Amino acid sequence: MKAKVYVKLKPGVLDPQGKAIQHSVELLGFDGIADVRQGKYFEIALDSSLSDEQAHDAVSRMAREVLSNPIIEDYRVEIEA
Amino acid sequence: MKFGVIVFPGSNCDHDAYHVISKHVGQPVDFIWHRDTDLGTYDALIIPGGFSYGDYLRAGALARFSPVMAEVRKFAARGRFVLGICNGFQILCEAGLLPGALIRNRDLHFICDHVFVRSETSDTPFTNEVEPGSVLRLPIAHAEGNYVCDDVTFAELRDQDRIVFRYCDANGEVTERANPNGSRDNIAGICNRTRNVLGLMPHPERACEDLLGSSDGRNIFRSLAATLAATAA
Repeated sequence: MKAKVYVKLKPGVLDPQGKAIQHSVELLGFDGIADVRQGKYFEIALDSSLSDEQAHDAVSRMAREVLSNPIIEDYRVEIEA
Repeated sequence: MKFGVIVFPGSNCDHDAYHVISKHVGQPVDFIWHRDTDLGTYDALIIPGGFSYGDYLRAGALARFSPVMAEVRKFAARGRFVLGICNGFQILCEAGLLPGALIRNRDLHFICDHVFVRSETSDTPFTNEVEPGSVLRLPIAHAEGNYVCDDVTFAELRDQDRIVFRYCDANGEVTERANPNGSRDNIAGICNRTRNVLGLMPHPERACEDLLGSSDGRNIFRSLAATLAATAA
C-alpha cells in the first residue's frame, strides 16, 4: 500500500522558484506559460494491514503536521492499494 | 542568571551566541544538545542560526521535532525568555511559538549582507534598553527570510506592538528598497503575545564587536541581561 502526498503553496503565496523556472522554460522556447508553481511530492510506503480509511487518516495527519506548513501550504493525500 | 544555547545537528551560530553571552554579557552559558530535555536551571535560551537538519523539507521544520523542543515550549509557557535567531526564528515559527512563516527570499538569492533594522518597541525583554526608532546595523545571512502571515495575524502583531524589528534604510526609513527579502511590512523580528519569545532574521550575535563591522547587536543582549537581573532582584 502506498500513499502519495502533494504539497503546494497556497494561492497568493509568492513562489520565486516557480517564477525562475518559468523564466528558464521560456528561454527554452516554450511560450504561452501563464504561471509555474513549484510544490513537493512524497511517496510513503504503508503497512498493508491498514484499511484505506486508517491509511488516509494517518497520512493526512503526517501531511498536516510535518510534510506541509498549513500557514503557507495546502496538501492532498491519495492512497493506492 | 544562566543562559543556554540549543545545538541541533546543523546549527552553526551556536559558538557565536555562546561567545557573546560569556564574553559580552559575562554570564554562565551552556550548550544544550537537542536531545537533552532538562532546561530546569536556565533563565534564557538562545536558538541559534544555522541549517538545522540541513534545512530539509522546510527551514526549521524538522528541528521542531527534536526532543528539546517540547521542553522549550514548556519553558516559554512558564514565561522564561527564548531568543530565536535566523534559523532559530524559522524553528520557532514552525513550532508554532511564533506566528507566520519564513519563505524563500523574494529574489531567490541567499543574502549575506549587513542591513539596517529599526527597533520598533522597547516593550520587550530584548529591547528595553533600545530607544524605539533606533537604527541597528546587523548582518543577515539567509535564503528563507521572507516573513509571511495572514491579514488577521498581521493586524494582531501590529495592534499588539509585537513587530519588534523592521528593515529600514540608514536613516531609519522603512522603505521597499530597504526590504532585502520581501518580508511583509519589512518585518525582521516579532515577539509572541506574552513578549518573552523573540524571533529575528538578522544576527545580533555577529554584531557585538566593532572589529566585526558593528556592535549594535550588544543592545539586544544587554537588554535581556538587564531584564534577567531585574527579575532576579
